[in-house]
Amino acid sequence: MKDLPTSLFPALLVGLPVLFATLSLFFRTRGKALVGLTGCLLTAGLSLIAFVEVTQRGTVIHILGGWEPPLGILLRMDSLAAVFIGMTALVGVFISLYAWRYFRAQEATTGGFPLFWPLWLFLWAGLNGLFLSNDLFNLFVTIEVIGICAVALAVLSGKSGALFAGLRYLLAAITGSMAYLFGVALLYGSTGTLDLGLLGQVLEPGTTTTFALLVITLGLMIKMAGFPFHFWLPPAHSSALAPVSALLSALVVKGAFYILLRLWMEVFGVSLTYAAGQLIGLAGAVAVIWGSWQAFMQTSLKLIVAHSSVAQLGYLLMIFPLLILAPGVTAGSADWLSSAWTAGVYQVMSHAFAKASFFLSAGIIIMALGHDRIESLRDLVGHMRITALAIGIAGVSLIGLPPSGGFIAKWMLLKGIFLSGQWWWAPVVLGGSLLTAGYVFMLLRLAFAPAREKEPFRPVPKSLEVCALLLALGSFLIVLPADYLIQFLESSEIFGSGIESIVEGGADGND
Amino acid sequence: METYQIYSLTSAVLFVIGIGGVFASRHFIKKIIATIIMGGGVFLCFVSFAERDALSFADPVPHALVITGIVVAVASAAFALALARRIYQLTGEESFTNDK
Repeated sequence: MKDLPTSLFPALLVGLPVLFATLSLFFRTRGKALVGLTGCLLTAGLSLIAFVEVTQRGTVIHILGGWEPPLGILLRMDSLAAVFIGMTALVGVFISLYAWRYFRAQEATTGGFPLFWPLWLFLWAGLNGLFLSNDLFNLFVTIEVIGICAVALAVLSGKSGALFAGLRYLLAAITGSMAYLFGVALLYGSTGTLDLGLLGQVLEPGTTTTFALLVITLGLMIKMAGFPFHFWLPPAHSSALAPVSALLSALVVKGAFYILLRLWMEVFGVSLTYAAGQLIGLAGAVAVIWGSWQAFMQTSLKLIVAHSSVAQLGYLLMIFPLLILAPGVTAGSADWLSSAWTAGVYQVMSHAFAKASFFLSAGIIIMALGHDRIESLRDLVGHMRITALAIGIAGVSLIGLPPSGGFIAKWMLLKGIFLSGQWWWAPVVLGGSLLTAGYVFMLLRLAFAPAREKEPFRPVPKSLEVCALLLALGSFLIVLPADYLIQFLESSEIFGSGIESIVEGGADGND
Repeated sequence: METYQIYSLTSAVLFVIGIGGVFASRHFIKKIIATIIMGGGVFLCFVSFAERDALSFADPVPHALVITGIVVAVASAAFALALARRIYQLTGEESFTNDK
């Protein structure tokens, strides 16, 4: 690890947003927004430059302050981390631009929520730190930074509904991170190291490891709102301000998923059995069906979109049963691993773009109507063509129709499912898409329906609509570099790897 | 039974009490206290693993981690208390009802 090329970028990716977040605290309303937006644009630019750097030089590392691990902190940017950082930058920059215009438009009545900017930049630093971390404790610190910033953003409006949802979210987040930390303590106690790579080599199967795996998975499932711990997500995401909802659902929940993926694939290989994979896949499958069904039953737009997040996160959990191989199958002969990984990465990206666009569109509609009951979406097409288009395009990506990013994700998932012979997951993928189509078309049907009465659509800045539309288009454009992106990801050690089941002993399962 | 094992077992008991409390109670303050008890369990567990047979002094790394962990836990708890207080001021409610 230490002989990899060193680069300054990993440190800057965390340091720059922290710097601008702190700077912005010294300014008043307008100044905060200006410094905040500048910080966002610079961080996004830096992320993209760092992405290019990794495509050219391969995995780069940075040892903070020259203190080598285990005392110091080593940041490592491999291609998987680079893709997540690049995605955060692209989605983040559009949400930032939207937030700038959105808060500006409401400044007179609400005060413009200046605290959004430092919190969002701290959150961004936390996310970048999480993707770059290479040890268990650093992951804990970054996920706590993310958790606290995310809750603070969620309660920014100060309304009692948002506060209730925020407190529930915070308690779930604290419980999740304490469970995670308990697992970290057990792992440190049994191995004496926190480094992911080293742990993967020295960890031995046994009761302690299994128990650590159990509590860590439990903690991360609470954090990423995996079924049955999704209870906090719909109220928290639907009661937040529009740009915040977009950030929370597009980026924040992906952080916990990223840790789960890294830990299962890099560290816990020795303790995972086929049954463990099936069990977490089952949790994902139930989430897909339950979340989509709940979304279908809602009557307000933001609750539909929030419940749909539960379902879309379920798809992410469904790649785990494909990555853990049945006893007797070797990683060399399992030709579906690459499909499953592609499905996972594309599901993360297409959901980030599409869901951000969906929430931003919902914000535009609330701005125009003052509420988001879906009955009032009648004749949306006549009044707000661009927003209706954004909802349509983002919806198509969520359903998984070609040629969207969602299509690649679901197609690759199905391909992996059939190649691995685990056909029982296929009806869930298809059923989930069908239910998603149900609620997306319900929205579109209303959008095209003639208005019963004149709803007072207030004028909304065009630039807001354009931001939402560009994000929706993003969920399609990510398909274009698919070949290149997968080739790039394959240079990462972890991408395309699978876990060969141990024949006996180890975990009996977990959720 | 060695001394550190007593601490380790206690930490597990504290953790279970805490996680039970978070899910079982409805009152804001009870829930927050439960998370703090969970945290206490986790930190005790960390510290109890600092004993190393080969060394005459304790392993410093868990202590460094626990200090950081306590800072994070205090910040979270303070934030949760602030939220609970704000909710009480706005609505007069002090616990989660079924539908919220």
